[in-house]
Amino acid sequence: MSVTAPAKTTPTPRVITTKPRVSDQIFRGIVTTFSFSALVILSLIALFLLLKGFATFKEQGIGFITHFEWNISTDAAGKADAHFGLQAMLLGTVIISFIALFFAVPLSVLTALFLTFYAPQGIKKLLVTVIDLMAAFPSILYGLWGYFVLMPMAEYWAKLLHKWFGWIYIFDVPQPVFTRSPFIAGIVLSIMIIPIITSVSREVFSQTPLDRVQAAYALGSSKWGMIRAVVLPFGAGGVVGGSMLGLGRAFGETVAVYTVLNIVFRPNFHILFTQGGNVASMIIQKWGEASPVELSALMAAGLVLFILTLIVNFAANFVVKKTVKSGR
Amino acid sequence: MRPWAPSVKDRAMTTLSVALSILTSVIIVAITPMKGKLAYFTIFFIAWFVIDSIMIIRKSGSKGVRDALAAKITFIGGFVVILAVASILWSAISRGFKGINFAFLTQTMREASIFDAIGKGGIAHAIVGTLMLITIAIIISVPMGILTALYLTEIKGRAAGIIQFLVQAMAGVPSVVAGLFIYAAVVLYTPLRSSAFLGGLALTILMVPTVTRTAQEVLNLVPRDLREAGLAMGATQWKTVALVVVPAARSGLITATILGVARIAGETAPLLFTIGAFDSYNFNPVKGDNSAIPAIVWKGLLGGTPESIQRAWSAILVLLVIVLVMFVLARTLGSKAMKK
Repeated sequence: MSVTAPAKTTPTPRVITTKPRVSDQIFRGIVTTFSFSALVILSLIALFLLLKGFATFKEQGIGFITHFEWNISTDAAGKADAHFGLQAMLLGTVIISFIALFFAVPLSVLTALFLTFYAPQGIKKLLVTVIDLMAAFPSILYGLWGYFVLMPMAEYWAKLLHKWFGWIYIFDVPQPVFTRSPFIAGIVLSIMIIPIITSVSREVFSQTPLDRVQAAYALGSSKWGMIRAVVLPFGAGGVVGGSMLGLGRAFGETVAVYTVLNIVFRPNFHILFTQGGNVASMIIQKWGEASPVELSALMAAGLVLFILTLIVNFAANFVVKKTVKSGR
Repeated sequence: MRPWAPSVKDRAMTTLSVALSILTSVIIVAITPMKGKLAYFTIFFIAWFVIDSIMIIRKSGSKGVRDALAAKITFIGGFVVILAVASILWSAISRGFKGINFAFLTQTMREASIFDAIGKGGIAHAIVGTLMLITIAIIISVPMGILTALYLTEIKGRAAGIIQFLVQAMAGVPSVVAGLFIYAAVVLYTPLRSSAFLGGLALTILMVPTVTRTAQEVLNLVPRDLREAGLAMGATQWKTVALVVVPAARSGLITATILGVARIAGETAPLLFTIGAFDSYNFNPVKGDNSAIPAIVWKGLLGGTPESIQRAWSAILVLLVIVLVMFVLARTLGSKAMKK
């Protein structure tokens, strides 16, 4: 019995690569695929609304944005003649949103300042919870509250405003009817967008570089002096961005506005008068009895609203990001 | 000892000035023709400022006055916000509570009309509908949201910046557009008709961004060391993520899901296009009209009779309780996740 020597083999060196294993490739593939879902969904929304609304865009042309009539009439030959124009609704949306910003921005900035620099720990915790909670309230709750609780109060405020400032065009009214006005819808919206603006402002304020804060104090500044000289200039961009995010939310708000606004297809700048417009609310108002022709117009209106909010949101996020970066 | 902490004397002075201001506002409202909450409010703050300023001038000179004014004005901001929330909560509780009873929670609206008194008919079918909608939305949007978040935190591919941007843009999609889109894409192109499934799809669009952003935040909180330890042990990235990162962030991911649900539970507008309106149970998610609590509130509001408006308030209270419970749940789980 002789032992045969094992065949001589030269061991090949292990190949070192940075190539991921198969399991990793699959993992990365799946995750990457899913990460594009946001892109896919956003483009599908635009695609389908365009597909369905295309007929209206073709028919109405630029008048879809610049005219304010919205009616379908059938002439003697039985041919339907449709006029769809969003002008009054777009205008109304912008007016309401700016009323909302007028109330919400100062309140939110003050609240954010209070939270960041003044509030004692206990109150701060409570207020932060309350504001987070506000963001989670169902929008229809704001609608109900606005209609049954706020409206009687706001009607009184509107009358006061009209009494003292009625000589200013926007506070004038053609008839003394003050319910369901853009003013009231704006107040309801302002409460709905406070949480967004407050949380963005708070985040930016709290990122104020500490060395600048301490420098201001070291120079003998009071707290308010420090806020005015350091925090507000630093956070201004963030406040603007947060307000724009709020604006985006205000543009798209549907149910709450519908309950507290009288939607009329005519441009109206008298903000205390019971006549206003809102694209989103108009869509659900007309939805119930819409004919196929009108359905297309509603889809087109949805697309206009979608693009509008998308633009505002893009701009807002851009501004916020830029501000936060500038602090480093 | 904290030398900057307010002393007993300081506290007494603060209380005194507030008390004096309340007194002043009550007196002035009583003796002048001014009336209403607004008057009390305004006079109180003016009086408070004047009285407090006098005290501050005596204590630390005129320079402190502007500082104190700024502090008070920021306080007013926070106070008004709390006031609004308190008013909303109180109106829902006080008005909704009257209509809550056993029948309201266990019956359906099949036999009841908008003219029937409270006690006949209820929202049990809507609660079932809402649960179905939420389940469908969770099944679709949670994997989508968490995988997107994993891409943004673990893979950090070339497209990360763009995707981050798109997710934020998606958070701004108006709810009415989500409903319109599902109608345009599904009802008009496929044999599917309004059902809980379509409602769930519409809600998914609104839920994905919330889940993604919260999940991203909690995944970012997982220490780098854990990932590096996993890789150093020879694990692949897939194993590291599946066995180390995700378990470490588990409660945070649950929080993300709950916050997403809280976001969509009260959405009304998309449901108007997608689930129809049905007054009884429908346990089939893909076929037949369904109902949901926000839809019931909407219907009750449009019904217009005192009974139907009462039902709307009671239904919103039920919805609010559901949202509140989820909110508290998310908070406790979330704070646990932060502590780890």
